[in-house]
Amino acid sequence: MQFRQYIPLYLMVLPGCIYFLINNYIPMTGIIVAFKKYTKSGGIYFSDWCGLDNFQYLFKTDAWLIIRNTLGYNIVFIILGLVVGVALAILITDVWSPKAKKLYQSAIMLPFLISMVIVSYIVFAFLSVENGLINNTLLASLGLDPVSWYSEAKYWPFILVIVHLWKNVGYGTLIYIAGITGIDPTYYEAAKLDGASRWQQIKSITLPGLTPSLITMTLLNIGRIFYSDFGLFYQVPQNSGMLYSTTQTIDTYVYRALISTGGIGRSAAAGFFQSIVGFVLVLTANLIVRKVSPDNAMF
Amino acid sequence: MLRSKSNIRYQAIINIILLILTVIMIAPLVLLFMSSVTSESALVLYGYKFIPREFSLAAYQYIAKNGQTVLRAYGVTIFVTIVGTTCNLLLSSMTGYVLSIRKLPFRSAINFYVFFTMLFSGGLVPSYLMWTTMFHIKNTIYALILPNFMLSAMNVILVRTYYMTSIPEALYESAKIDGAGYLYIYRKIVLPMGKPILVVIGLFAGLAYWNDWTNGLYYISDTKLYSIQTLLNKMLQDIEALQANATAASSGAAASIPTVSIRMAIAVVALLPILCIYPFLQKYFAEGIAIGAVKG
Repeated sequence: MQFRQYIPLYLMVLPGCIYFLINNYIPMTGIIVAFKKYTKSGGIYFSDWCGLDNFQYLFKTDAWLIIRNTLGYNIVFIILGLVVGVALAILITDVWSPKAKKLYQSAIMLPFLISMVIVSYIVFAFLSVENGLINNTLLASLGLDPVSWYSEAKYWPFILVIVHLWKNVGYGTLIYIAGITGIDPTYYEAAKLDGASRWQQIKSITLPGLTPSLITMTLLNIGRIFYSDFGLFYQVPQNSGMLYSTTQTIDTYVYRALISTGGIGRSAAAGFFQSIVGFVLVLTANLIVRKVSPDNAMF
Repeated sequence: MLRSKSNIRYQAIINIILLILTVIMIAPLVLLFMSSVTSESALVLYGYKFIPREFSLAAYQYIAKNGQTVLRAYGVTIFVTIVGTTCNLLLSSMTGYVLSIRKLPFRSAINFYVFFTMLFSGGLVPSYLMWTTMFHIKNTIYALILPNFMLSAMNVILVRTYYMTSIPEALYESAKIDGAGYLYIYRKIVLPMGKPILVVIGLFAGLAYWNDWTNGLYYISDTKLYSIQTLLNKMLQDIEALQANATAASSGAAASIPTVSIRMAIAVVALLPILCIYPFLQKYFAEGIAIGAVKG
């Protein structure tokens, strides 16, 4: 029969499908735990329903803070990533020497490959109260008092933005470099013949040429605006309780509530909220991407 | 490009800006390294510095001599990275191959099944409860390999697209006329021709396993199963984690651990393999980012 030749193919796709079933689909059904009073003996599926109790508790207490932090940081990350990424991409593509170009690209990409735990060690070398470079060298030489970085929440918005930018700017830059390289070089030659300055070329050729990838990147990021980099917000502040007001995001909250006694309910509620809002946002963002630049749409 | 005076000045300016940027990108790593080769007493007195006041390899000597915990964790990481990456490559290439066969009945249904995992996620709580209560992976080596990193829809799609665009369909047809089945075509044609995409995917899967500390945080409390990142994570809060394997008899040794430098030394050791392969594989890393292999 015709169908028999496909049997090996179905066997080949089976392991992958089973993996997705376990790693992704079973947990999807498990989000109902947000509406349950979880007990160990009942598990996800046989614990008693408790309606919206978990959500009521969550929204009475911590919801506002974690939503504000998650959205606030993401908005800053998106804007800075865009501006700095595009600026660097333009500078790097303008460099004549191919060797220098490669050096710069390698350098900005390097932090992207480092684990957040190690990043948190590096940050610690700068900020450690007793041994840190900033307290011991920078502030001391200016005659200023040392700062207890890990217990003063007000500094952390700046610290986290700097760390995020340092670690991730290479990612966007590389994508924009690919975008710029894709622009037809004859545009630039024509512009030069007309005596256009470099700035004019950037404004009327480079930026319009980049627009599709800029819009796509931004929309995809907006689709993930309710998700935060768990490592950045958990590791880099070294899980310091005194910093929660400026470092707690939905992801760190879900984890911390999950491991605290009796916290599964509010943890599940926060996670449910993130999953559902995230789903709606991803769908919406993609719908718009499909309109703006169909090639970049996910579906 | 015309090498006029103003052009040369522009080049000088952008190169200076980018050189400063390069220094900013690399300086934190230099500080990490320099801290690890500074003597303990100098660190306590003057703190972490770019130029060590007093050079010392004591931290590394300590790791080499008393570092069973570190070496073991390193071994765990290497094992997990190799096994995990191999599984990931196998699953990605098989799944991607099947979905690249245009005539396959139910192809679009399977496609959707794979793709939907990118849109919706149950999140940490149900995953954690499932892995710990249904599969009991807590404190087993599976906890470091199975959750999250073994297969991603993005990788399947990348492989599928690569196979569909770079392997001409005529090749399949002629192979089938010669009586080859789909398995044979996969082994003899698709796998060899699809190597470039597997290199990129393997690289990022390996990086994800090497750098992962989340699975260790969620599921591992047994010190024997610490990966190097898990060890670093635990050490951040408690330097004694380093001695977790030592017996009570040697607890006096805790006082002599060069605690301030050793953290940095272990971080350097964990980072070293990435720094070593990076210059040679930079091209593939860049390619992976450009096609989106990272967004697992």
